[in-house]
Order: sequence, then structure tokens, then C-alpha cells
Amino acid sequence: MSIPEIIQQPPGTISFSTPAKNTLLIELSGFWEIGGKSPSAKEVQDRIDADSTISRIIFDSGRLLSWDSTLLTFLIRIIDICSTSGISVERDGLPRGVQRLLTLACDNLDKKQVQLNVPAESFLARIGEGTLKIIISSAEMLDFIGEACSALFRLFMAKARFRGSDLALIIWECGVQALPIVSLISALVGIIVAFVGVVQLRIFGAEIYIANVVAIAMAREMGALMTAIIMMGRTGAAYAAQLGTMEVNEEIDAFKTLGISPMEFLVIPRIVALVLMMPLLCVYSDIVGILGGAVISIGMFDLPVNQYYDQTLNALSITHLSIGIIKSAVFAVLIAISGCFYGMHCGRSASAVGDAATSSVVTGIVLIVLADGIFAVITNAFRI
Amino acid sequence: MTQTDTQIMQGDPHIRVNDVTLAYGNYVVMKDISFSIRRGEIFVVMGGSGCGKSTLMKIMLGLMPPVKGDVFYNGVNFWESSQNRRNKILENVGILYQKGALWSSMTLAENVALPLEEHTNLSTAQIREIVSFKLSLVGLTGFEEFYPSELSGGMIKRAALGRAMALDPDILFFDEPSAGLDPVSARVLDDLILELRESLQTTVVVISHDLESIFAIADNSIFLDLETRTMTATGNPRALLSKSRDTNVCSFLTRGKPCS
Repeated sequence: MSIPEIIQQPPGTISFSTPAKNTLLIELSGFWEIGGKSPSAKEVQDRIDADSTISRIIFDSGRLLSWDSTLLTFLIRIIDICSTSGISVERDGLPRGVQRLLTLACDNLDKKQVQLNVPAESFLARIGEGTLKIIISSAEMLDFIGEACSALFRLFMAKARFRGSDLALIIWECGVQALPIVSLISALVGIIVAFVGVVQLRIFGAEIYIANVVAIAMAREMGALMTAIIMMGRTGAAYAAQLGTMEVNEEIDAFKTLGISPMEFLVIPRIVALVLMMPLLCVYSDIVGILGGAVISIGMFDLPVNQYYDQTLNALSITHLSIGIIKSAVFAVLIAISGCFYGMHCGRSASAVGDAATSSVVTGIVLIVLADGIFAVITNAFRI
Repeated sequence: MTQTDTQIMQGDPHIRVNDVTLAYGNYVVMKDISFSIRRGEIFVVMGGSGCGKSTLMKIMLGLMPPVKGDVFYNGVNFWESSQNRRNKILENVGILYQKGALWSSMTLAENVALPLEEHTNLSTAQIREIVSFKLSLVGLTGFEEFYPSELSGGMIKRAALGRAMALDPDILFFDEPSAGLDPVSARVLDDLILELRESLQTTVVVISHDLESIFAIADNSIFLDLETRTMTATGNPRALLSKSRDTNVCSFLTRGKPCS
């Protein structure tokens, strides 16, 4: 006999007999364990359906070798089937442990049933509830923005209170520490714009104008937009997670009950830090993007360095740069508001912190793109 | 003489909760809760998990408005007062949250110092002295520069108590003080609560379902019944244990044993 045959356990089986009129005896045998083979309750259902005279079920577990939750779920299913068919189930023939666990589980299932009896909401009710949630959430967002404006006003009046050291730390985190990722993405965006542009311009023999394309694209659009998207994913999500964790740990409640405004102490430094840092990061992104474009144009397409430099300077104007910088300041406010709002309105569980971070990033990016579109319309209307 | 002073002299209770109903949306957690807490009393709000003890505390602390009813501090209606007045009332209240709620980005010294910096005109040196004193009261001398993440659960609770006492409040709230603590640390905290009451005559409100702690410290208590969703008993827990005929109160105070 080979070793696998020795350790193989006999599967769980059932057999039926009718020791008395109207009585079905189910004999349980073998190993009823998770991962092993065991019969389905459907066999019992079929047997009951085949004989309509059955009004009582009894068990014999004399040949049952081992059992776990597999047997219990099988028995609960049988009890369920029998209760709907009006058949009584006698548990005396089952092992004592199984009987006790069945009693416990059935008691709790009854309680669960009570909770489940609450009528299900209709489709329209759910739509209505969803709409109300959106309205309430929008009202909360407006309330939050109003509070933030009021706190910013207090800041300008030198009445808002927060720690300078906190502001310095937040500036460090959202400014200096963001430089590597902003450098990488901006350089790549500059390279991509240059690569795509130069191939098209070459058809018309106007490769040198790629300097204008890269400079204007980075200064007006890509510098501000890419920095904003990076900062939303990086810093906005971090704000939501930080404040969300503070909410979970009751740290925000501690501020409120000590008479310290969480809006002034936590939100305002974050808004101020981002509004200060984002325009700087945007200018930095513009420079790195233009350099990235230059590397490709000069290195791969042999454009003269002096000519490229002159074209870039000619193309760049204060207007283009200003539009990018103003946009980045607006994006900074949107990122900070979005991150802080979801953090401060986070639930009280670990998963709620994740949800807050996700919601803040999704909302933030939508707001950024929306604001960028509005800027495009306004600048076009004023022919800037 | 202020309105508050007059009312104290007239013998108003330190805190009075009048006919309060707690609810989340349409779900009523507890209704018709009324009780009074005398000055210098250790008052325990007891009841099973999920019965609304912490929600009641939130309402008493201005973190959540009641659906119905009023909360009075020294006779002043808390929820009808302006936000500034409420903040002023809360300056006299210290809170020890269930998980400590120490600000994780600050050291222990900074945690205790912040309320002092915000609400007093003390110099940095004076604040430092007070911080050291408060931390020594809770047995954490030498831990000033530690961050909350570097401390054990018991130490966090004690440090949080140090912060709660920073402004020498008249009232201290404790939300499940013994939750998550080993028996010895829980006992240390109970002794500290008794000591504070004896030495400072502080009014203490404790939210708890820890029987050992309740019997050790409580002068007076109320029982919130999850089944009837209202307050079903009030009095000293030992007296309730011997006299109460309410099955749920007996069951709670005897850990589910049948009432005698």
C-alpha cells in the first residue's frame, strides 16, 4: 500500500433508511472536514421531495469519524429545508458538540432574521436617497468652504491661531519633498511634447518652432496642470489620510473640546502652504519641462542650441507665465480644500481613511480639470 | 456677580441633563434622559456596548447636538449659548478620550502645552513648568519629549489625562478609562481619578461598562438600557446592586447572573 493511500481519509457520506413510518434516518459517516468531499444538502431535499409521507428526520452519527463547519453548514441547510416543509428535525443522534453549536447558530440566525425583515427599499427610494446624499454632501462642502474663508479672513486679520512650526513642516513636505517627482514628470512631459511636436513640424520644415510649442505648452498649461495632478495624488491624498486618521483617533474632537478651531489649526496651514508652494513648483516644472524639450530637440533632432534658446525666450511672455502661475494658485486651493474636506468628514474606521483619500483624489482631479477648462474659456474670451 | 455665580450660590447642580434624546438620523439611540451631577461627585454613565454612552458624552461636550432636550453647566443652557460661550464653558472641562486622542504629531510636552498656549497669556517658561508638573502628576516625568507613538497604552491614557488637566478644569470627562488597559494600569487610573477628586474637588463624569472600576470609584450613576432605549436606573451602583428590581440593571451589575 502506498503512503498516499494510507493517509487518505474516507470522505463524508450519507445514507438514508426509514426505520419507522414517516421517519427518515440519515446516517452520517466518514470525515466531514473543510477541503474534503462531502454530500450536498440537495440529496436530502431530493429524498424528501420523493417521499411526501416523511414528517420527521433523525440522525445516526455512529460512523462519523471527524467533523467541522462542513457538517454544521450541511445540517443548518437541512434544518432550513425541513422548516419550510414542516418536517421536524431531531438532533439527538448527532454528536453533543454539534448539537450545542447548532442551538447557538440557530438562535443567532433567528435574531438575524429579525433584522433582515426590514422591508427592502425600492429602486426609486434608493435614487432619492442617493440624490439627497449628494445634496447633503454638496451643502457640507459649501459649509466647509465658508468656514475656510472665514478662517482665512481671520488669518489676514492676524487672528487665526496655528503653530508656525507646523506651517514650516507642511511647507517642507509639500514643497521641497515634492521636487523629485515634479522634476521627473515635468521633464518627461517636456520630452513627450517636444517629440510629438517636432515630428509634425518637420513635415513643414518648421522644426525650430518646437521651442515655441514646448515653452508655451509648459508655461500656460502643462506646468500648472501636471504639478496640480501630482500634488493632488501626493499631497491632497496625504492631507485626507492625515486628517482622516486624526478623526478616527478622536484627535479632531480633542481640538474642538479644547476650544481650538481645527479649521484654523489644521486646515489653514495646509491651504497656505500649498498656495505658497504650488506657484513655485509650477515655475520649477515649467523650467524642467522646457529643458526636457530642449534635450530632445537639440540632442535627437540636431536643432542649434542658440536658435532654440532665442526661440524659447521669444515665445515666453509674462502673460503665459502669469496664466500658469495664477492657475497653480487656484489649483492649490482646490487640492487643499478637497484633501482637508474629505479628511475632516472621514468616518471612524480604518477603511474610512482609505475612502477619504480616494474620494479626495477623484474629486480634486475633477475640480482641477474643470477649473482648467474654465480658465481656457476665460482666457479665450479675453483673448489673453 | 455673574449669572453663573448667582446660580451656583442658589445650589444648582454642576451639570444637569434635561430630557435629552440621542439619535443618528431617524434612528433613536436613547430617549428622555434626565439627571443631575453634583459638584465634586464621581458620576458614572453605565450601560452595555452600543447603548449610546459615548453619544451622550458627545452631546454633553458639544460635539453633537441633541435631537431634543438641554444640557446645563452651572445653570447655563449649553446648547442655547453662542459658540464663544460654549468654548468658554468647555475651557472648564477636561476630557480623556477612549484612545487618549493625543495629537500624534506633537510630543507629550507640546500636547499638554497647547491648551495653555491657546487659552492663557503665560510665558513659555511658565508653561514649561506647568507641563512638567502635570506630567509628574500622572507619573510621566522625563517623558516630555516622547511622541505618543513611543508610549504604551497606559502611558498614553495618563498623558492624555495630563493634557485634560492642563487648564485645571472643574469637570473631567473620562470615556471608558479602563478600555484596553491591563488590570494594574486600570487600577492606577482609577486611583488617579479618586485622588483628583479628593485633592481638587473636581467633578468627574465617567463613561464605563467596567464593573470593577464602576464599583471602585462611583458615587452616583445612571444606567442606560439598550432594550428600552432609555435611562432605567439612577443611584449609587452598590445601592442599585442590592435594591434595583430592574432585570437589565441587575443583569448588568452582576455580569448576567440572575437577580436575587
